[in-house]
Amino acid sequence: MNNLLSLITFVPAIAAAILALFLRGNDPAAQRNAKWLALFATVVSFALSLLLLKGFDPANTGFQFVEDRPWIMGLHYKMGIDGISILFVMLTTFLMPITIASCWNVETRVKDYMIAFLLLETLMLGVFTALDLVLFYLFFEAGLIPMFLIIGIWGGANRIYAAFKFFLYTFFGSVLMLVAMVAMYHAAGTTDIPTLMTYKFSHDPIVVLGLTVTGGLQTLLFLAFFASFAVKMPMWPVHTWLPDAHVQAPTAGSVVLAAILLKMGGYGFLRFSMPMFPVAAYEWTPVVFWMSAIAIVYTSLVALVQTDMKKLVAYSSVAHMGYVTLGIFSMNAQGVDGAIFQMLSHGFISGAMFLCVGVIYDRMHTREIDAYGGLVNRMPAYALVFMFFTMANVGLPGTSGFVGEFLTLMGVFQVNTWVAAVATSGVILSAAYGLWLYRRVVFGALVKEGLKTITDMTRRERAIFAPLIIMTLLLGVYPKVVTDIIDPSVQAMVANYAAATTQASN
Amino acid sequence: MLSQDIAIVLPELVLAIYTMLALLVAVYTGKDGLTQLVTWATAAVMVAVALWVAVAGSGSQIAFGGLFVDDAFARFAKVAILLSGAAILLISEDFMAKRGLARFEYPLLIALASIGMMAMVSAGDLMSLYMGLELQSLALYVVAALDRDSKTSTEAGLKYFVLGALSSGLLLYGASLVYGYAGTTSFAGILTTVQHGVPVGLLFGLVFMLAGLAFKISAAPFHMWTPDVYEGAPTPITAFFATAPKIAAMAMIARLVHDAFGGITLQWAQVLAVLSLLSMFVGAVAAIGQKDIKRLMAYSSIAHMGFALMGLASGTAFGVQAMLVYMAIYVTMNLGTFAFILSLEMDGKPVTDISLLNQFSKREPLKALAVLVLMFSLAGVPPMLGFFGKFYVLKAAVDAGMGWLAVAGVIASVVGAFYYLRIVFYMYFGAEQAGAESKMNPVQWLALMGVAVVMLAAVVNFFGLEPAAVAAAAALVG
Repeated sequence: MNNLLSLITFVPAIAAAILALFLRGNDPAAQRNAKWLALFATVVSFALSLLLLKGFDPANTGFQFVEDRPWIMGLHYKMGIDGISILFVMLTTFLMPITIASCWNVETRVKDYMIAFLLLETLMLGVFTALDLVLFYLFFEAGLIPMFLIIGIWGGANRIYAAFKFFLYTFFGSVLMLVAMVAMYHAAGTTDIPTLMTYKFSHDPIVVLGLTVTGGLQTLLFLAFFASFAVKMPMWPVHTWLPDAHVQAPTAGSVVLAAILLKMGGYGFLRFSMPMFPVAAYEWTPVVFWMSAIAIVYTSLVALVQTDMKKLVAYSSVAHMGYVTLGIFSMNAQGVDGAIFQMLSHGFISGAMFLCVGVIYDRMHTREIDAYGGLVNRMPAYALVFMFFTMANVGLPGTSGFVGEFLTLMGVFQVNTWVAAVATSGVILSAAYGLWLYRRVVFGALVKEGLKTITDMTRRERAIFAPLIIMTLLLGVYPKVVTDIIDPSVQAMVANYAAATTQASN
Repeated sequence: MLSQDIAIVLPELVLAIYTMLALLVAVYTGKDGLTQLVTWATAAVMVAVALWVAVAGSGSQIAFGGLFVDDAFARFAKVAILLSGAAILLISEDFMAKRGLARFEYPLLIALASIGMMAMVSAGDLMSLYMGLELQSLALYVVAALDRDSKTSTEAGLKYFVLGALSSGLLLYGASLVYGYAGTTSFAGILTTVQHGVPVGLLFGLVFMLAGLAFKISAAPFHMWTPDVYEGAPTPITAFFATAPKIAAMAMIARLVHDAFGGITLQWAQVLAVLSLLSMFVGAVAAIGQKDIKRLMAYSSIAHMGFALMGLASGTAFGVQAMLVYMAIYVTMNLGTFAFILSLEMDGKPVTDISLLNQFSKREPLKALAVLVLMFSLAGVPPMLGFFGKFYVLKAAVDAGMGWLAVAGVIASVVGAFYYLRIVFYMYFGAEQAGAESKMNPVQWLALMGVAVVMLAAVVNFFGLEPAAVAAAAALVG
């Protein structure tokens, strides 16, 4: 099975093609077939990715399951995974069946909806497995198209503004990265990512438009990549597309956006920025640190005053991504392990949070916090699930949220105490907005007329949450399942980074 | 000797003889009744000549003492010109018949224009360059005004004629300066001259010639005629303007700057870079407010010419290759898009208003999907082929040390993405109301779907486009 990765990546796309070409009609039977085929394809993809986990050797810090074929223009179709990317692949394949199952009630253009999600899965998996710059860019950028359509067709009232903002913001970030990639191809003569990771880009100062750029080429490349990943992440102050996109996107779209698409930014930092431009990254670390610290505090405060549930969760996502950038740029083993851990854990928790909002949105068709209150009386099971994920989002010990935040903060503390101190205050703020949201929605007396007939979660909804709860708990009490896989690769990356930066400063 | 020369220009001769014969036959027999037959026959002959040029030609040869050059570069351009011309004839036949424009002169004028273009891209001398250019232009002036009862079409024809004449004048003036300072009109002779120092007058001549040619490719700031002519001319003519003449003029610029001014890359690269920069931004920004899809395509083609010029501005063999690949992809995308535009109608009348595409995806899901692919491809979003065209020219620019142009280009492409997205927006997100229908004959359907599939599938290996472009670039710059 030496093309296992391609198989995992393209199974959803094949299913999408089958749906597009062979499924006719829009009657309930056709809709049901579309849903089942989509679910089947994502489950197959997940099952295949388990083989990946089984065959993966954590001790080997190089790339595994590598496929390599020549392509056009001296580019290569090259795929492979290492300790950093494998869990993102697993996260994607794990979450996609849940996402598909969560949109079982969609009725408009079901076939198109399923096709969009299946293509999106292929493209996301491609991002995490591509080992060629242009191939990576292809997947990275193509993901915008299905997401644009998902927001634009199935989104809320203001969906058009959100779709355009989402597309143009992220497109702008990425085209600069494209120029940087072309420049890298020019400088190194190859687009092979493993080779580029060992290629030392020049960091001699150069003059651009009369300004001397310290760190030279590396700084320019770093900034171009940073523009793309910071928007994708999203980091303060370029995060403003995210709340709009989240609020307008349908529930499943929000889940994919928060749980997987945002991780591409973090993954990009780990795959490109840190290993390829260590000197520039080192120079820019303080800036990124403070941007992240501001993001954590500022967006947490913004989350406090939100009246729309989805917007609140969206801002909390931005805050949690702040920990990720902190962890990555601390560039020690704890920090980076923590950042990856935080991304995975945020994938489960924020996905679940959006699903929680989706459950009551499906019933009441409003996301206003004021429209709810006292749900615990009618929906005890929902109250429990929502409670669990609110706590996990806050970072309660025993859930995966705690491990991620703790590790990143520990990593940052060793590098910059002040930033760590500011960031830690974000933990308290997250408890504030999380618990307050929970109190307003779930507790209190059930006085609103419309809520008196609300029903508790169905069996399908419970089944969707079950795997998420299990993963959140498992990672919370036994984080070794993750760190065992990622740690050797992370250690190797950190060592290379340290070597490169000391060499540059001597 | 003469027989050898004739052998080299035989493809052009065959096409010319066919055109004359067809003209005579049609005039003396059925006239417009034969239109359909003549259209198909002309397209068939053009395809046959294209295949002939592609398969039979090899190496580099010159004819008539250097007036005419036949090399891999010329062949690449000729094949692209002939195929796109034939494709336009086929997809427009139905439209012309429905609108009462089915005149037998139309396919023959297109064939004549194609002969002119073939002469342009093979020119090895300022004289033959001008001859080819004028043959092409005269045929195009006439077809622009083909719908002679329509005010806009007549206006388009006249406008195109006046401005085209002006640009020809500029070109001629430049050519005369070049001739005056170099003492010869042959490209090879000019090349020898510029290698021993460049007089200012020669540079003047070069700039004037480039300005004249920039008119033909509608590069900013010489683009003013484009939107009006595109909007006014009958849609098939617009489709033709957007494709074959653009390849021909672009190839001719490449031929001129490399064959005649190859030694002084720095001098003309700046000019082309500025043209490229302006075109990309003018095309991207001015298209935003457009409500008419033909005008929008006009600005889109201005922006695309900017990108193709970026490849040329790098002044390298790879740059020429990038330009050729870009043009081939651009033309393919436009063929598909115009096949769609041609088919748009409402209550039996052709329409071009973008807002009439409202919820088109509900009425025609498959066609809407194909147009979606084309729009994202035009915007340069991967994985569509349009992205690879952009990637090529960006690489050429960065390799030549023009990183600033590459950065400017991608920023323009983000601005440009907006208006392509707007079409997608109307088709998929628009409000429910009565809108345009798309009535296609099988040829148009095939063109639209075929191009959409190519945009996705050619990503795998470009279908052999790359080696052909490499050979073409090597023949010109090598």
